[in-house]
Amino acid sequence: MGGAADILELMKEIRGRRIKVLVAKLGLDGHDRGAKVVARALKDAGMEVIYTGIRQSPEQVVETAIQEDVDIIGVSILSGAHIPLMERLISLLKEKGIDDIPVFLGGTIPIPDIPKLEKIGVDKVFLPGTPLYDIIKYTVEAVKKKRSRRN
Amino acid sequence: MTKLYNDKALDEIKARLEKWEKETLPKSLRRFPERSDDFTTLSGIPVKRLYTPLDVKDTGYMEKQGLPGEYPFTRGIHATMYRGRIWTMRMFSGFGSAEDTNKRLKFLISHGETGLSLAFDYPTLVGIDSDDPLAKGEVGVCGVAVSSLLDMETIFDGIDMGAITTNMTINPPAPVLLAMYVATAEKQGVPYSKIGGTTQNDPLKEFIAQKSYVFPPEPSVKIAMDVVEWSVKNLPKWNPISISGYHIREAGSTAVQELAFTIADGIEYVRHLINRGLDVDSFAPRLSFFFDSHINFFEEIAKFRAARRMWAKIMKEWFNAKKERSLWMRFHTQTAGVSLTAQQPFNNIIRTTIEALAAVLGGTQSLHTNSLDEPFRVPSEFAAKIALRTQQIIAYETGVADTVDPLAGSYYVEWLTDQMEEEAWKYIDRIEMMGGMTEAVKRGYPQREITEASFRFQREVEEKRRFIVGVNIFVEEEEDEIRNVPLLDINQKEIEKRQIERLRMLRMERNNEAVRDALNKLRKAASEGENIMPYVLDAVKKYATLGEIMNTLKEVYGIWVEPPIY
Amino acid sequence: MSKGDSIKEVLDKASKGDKAALGRLLTIIETSPKKASMVVSEILHEEGGAHVIGITGIPGSGKSTLISRLISHYKDRGLKIAVIAIDPTSPLSQGALLGDRIRMQEHATSPNVFIRSVPTRGVKGGLSFSGVTMIEVFDKLGYDKIIVESIGVGQTDIDIMNVAHTIVVVTTPGLGDDIQALKAGIMEIGDIYVLNKSDKPEANKTYAYLDFALDLGELGGVDKRGWRPRLLKTSAIMGEGIQELADSIKEHLEYIKASNKYMEKIQTRRMLMIKLLAEKIFLEKLEDLAEKGDKIRLEKNNSLYQACINLIKKVSRELERE
Repeated sequence: MGGAADILELMKEIRGRRIKVLVAKLGLDGHDRGAKVVARALKDAGMEVIYTGIRQSPEQVVETAIQEDVDIIGVSILSGAHIPLMERLISLLKEKGIDDIPVFLGGTIPIPDIPKLEKIGVDKVFLPGTPLYDIIKYTVEAVKKKRSRRN
Repeated sequence: MTKLYNDKALDEIKARLEKWEKETLPKSLRRFPERSDDFTTLSGIPVKRLYTPLDVKDTGYMEKQGLPGEYPFTRGIHATMYRGRIWTMRMFSGFGSAEDTNKRLKFLISHGETGLSLAFDYPTLVGIDSDDPLAKGEVGVCGVAVSSLLDMETIFDGIDMGAITTNMTINPPAPVLLAMYVATAEKQGVPYSKIGGTTQNDPLKEFIAQKSYVFPPEPSVKIAMDVVEWSVKNLPKWNPISISGYHIREAGSTAVQELAFTIADGIEYVRHLINRGLDVDSFAPRLSFFFDSHINFFEEIAKFRAARRMWAKIMKEWFNAKKERSLWMRFHTQTAGVSLTAQQPFNNIIRTTIEALAAVLGGTQSLHTNSLDEPFRVPSEFAAKIALRTQQIIAYETGVADTVDPLAGSYYVEWLTDQMEEEAWKYIDRIEMMGGMTEAVKRGYPQREITEASFRFQREVEEKRRFIVGVNIFVEEEEDEIRNVPLLDINQKEIEKRQIERLRMLRMERNNEAVRDALNKLRKAASEGENIMPYVLDAVKKYATLGEIMNTLKEVYGIWVEPPIY
Repeated sequence: MSKGDSIKEVLDKASKGDKAALGRLLTIIETSPKKASMVVSEILHEEGGAHVIGITGIPGSGKSTLISRLISHYKDRGLKIAVIAIDPTSPLSQGALLGDRIRMQEHATSPNVFIRSVPTRGVKGGLSFSGVTMIEVFDKLGYDKIIVESIGVGQTDIDIMNVAHTIVVVTTPGLGDDIQALKAGIMEIGDIYVLNKSDKPEANKTYAYLDFALDLGELGGVDKRGWRPRLLKTSAIMGEGIQELADSIKEHLEYIKASNKYMEKIQTRRMLMIKLLAEKIFLEKLEDLAEKGDKIRLEKNNSLYQACINLIKKVSRELERE
């Protein structure tokens, strides 16, 4: 598990603009503890984090990602509606030509749904109890990959 | 004050303790150094190595503990507690369409259950119809979808509403759902005097934690109190509000915060109702509470005991309640969903067991035990059955229910009960200084405290200052069992389609002129500050939908978006 | 948008209404001073058609909700609106949590609205170079109203005074019972003062105090600027007083257009842009040198002043060499 020094080391690998993350609460559930804890941890790691607030539609999330030109999108869903919502989100990203932005998902997700979500195009699914360091590390690596593809 | 120990005895204990610290303890410490430099409860209260009568020497027994069924009710609100009757095992259920739920309820009733508990889906919880674009993908997932009286009639088709009680976990749309329930019962010919059940109807905790708010804080409280006032006057068997700490805790608060914020919410409601001109004893006996039971065993027990004592004191000393029942804090408990892990999920059975035991030792009136699969989704029948059996084992095998408040007199538990109370009062004082909970919520005060606490806890877990088995200790890399949890399957798309079609038909077939008229009357009543309940009931009977009624109220009251707080 | 587009191509797409291209363009400005100045030389035109509105006020005054209401108001009138929402960067981690959008998310999908969050970055916590330069971009792309939401403390407010045509200061009742307390809560830079949350019981009292302070000229007076600051009541959450606010903003725009203040403001803004970029280039190079192991020392027999001049010269030499 990673302490502050490990995080600093990770962040050094990022050149250019600070990592910009969109943390979004998709759907109608108001359980924002996880989203806020993750947002805060990413900020403390030195990233710029946009938080959408609760009850967002896929359209709102995608438009926000466009206007803010984020590197990565983290979605939190605890309502059980993750399959239809993520389907819609990813297809909108494709429509707008920005599906190179990696999307990760956290929440109450049944294990059998994980391969389905990956097939839809979700880059990574985090289950409850994931250490924050793992999420930070994943974010840095996913953004590094994405940026090298873009350049 | 009824002191438990005389000064001579205390002096002897003190001398002996000092000797122990000099002689016995160092030897032991040398051989077995302690696991940690500081032990704390989940609320951060430092836990000492040892508790003795010296820690509770200033406690007056009658003042602080008393006897069960008597003020200050620390030891329980009833004299015999579970020797008379085991707590109510109330399991939260409801899923899919109105027809599915109707079948499920009939099944439960045929097995002798008379206390039903309805879970609603997210669109219903935030007051939008199943055909609203925002509802897409959510209809029928987390509970049953109710968009109009038609759905409520379907749910209770063939069920005698005069013979059962129903708990509805609903908040901003509580007036609408209660109106639908009452209208359905009325159609069955059930008199108001026989309609029984509960609406959660606790708006302040929505702002603090659960976040299914719709209107801004003031009108939200106003509407909720409309429900309370109307129920007190019309439905003698209805519990119109369940003041909830559960969601506050699940949002990441500490036990102390849960205790303090819940009581502060209660204070705010009581004040509001008194300001309406209601006599405190007319409504106080109808107030009920709802707490979380978390994994830090003794802290939870202390929390429940402190809660009863604090509420009784507040009702008696602040609000001059006279009836004994007005002083009772009756509460429902649910084990902590947030304590369950996706890793090694069968361990969740053990967590739930320990939490349920704490609730029982804390004197709860009713209990819901979580299922082991809840980190993933709505419980399967298999998992829900184990959860129920957990309660039955505690009730019938362990013997813990055979005497009243068995942990009373434990130096540690009594000391911790005092600590919880003391810490909670500090929060309540701060909230009082701000002008009460509505004002505190608008400033984001409790929200910020909770966010801080949940972040702190997560950090402690990451830094291994707190352990969670399977998460940061005894971790298994390849977990097979995680894949073996059988899950409930819902055909969501089909339910959504049917529900949308039903609404389309309803909007075509009903008398739309009458609907418009009823909504206009509701709008007028709301803008003039009247109690909205009679007007909501009228609109519901005309088959106005949940969304239509809520939108009418939004025009009058506005909507709430929370300030950014991390 | 494909990824290898040149700045010109991105700009071209952005001016055709491609929001993803615009988003990317703003990122270019944030990332590289050289590329940013290339963007600026492509877009800078003399007139400056947009009306820049600075909105500031203490945290909790309801600025974001008020802006959301203003967006609706302008949107209904067919105008294009850009919002630059400024949030502080943590001096410790250099990270930032940008949450002002939360209260404007209902406009996220409107074709005529573009909202961008900008962290303050840098140590002094003011308006960043990118923030100021984004104004020029939105201006060029035909946005009618550019709203700059400031964090309402210190340096940013002073900067906002330099970039916005019209400054709205938002305050709320119950800050305190006297003018001194009120003044501590709000800056004296407003063209328009808004008492938000005016549905609160103590609002009338606060309003009277503010009105009195305006009369005394304590919040900027008639003489100083030829414009007597307006004082308005709103309840953003209920949508009350928004029409009056929009009217006052319009009146102020007419006033500055009639005088020469409108163009003056654009000149000041562009001067600030140069100054901020110069600072950014200098500081980045300085950090670069430090990273390479260059030590800044105060030599014996050398004055502190001389050491500074030497440092500036050294950085300049390095920059010229590039």
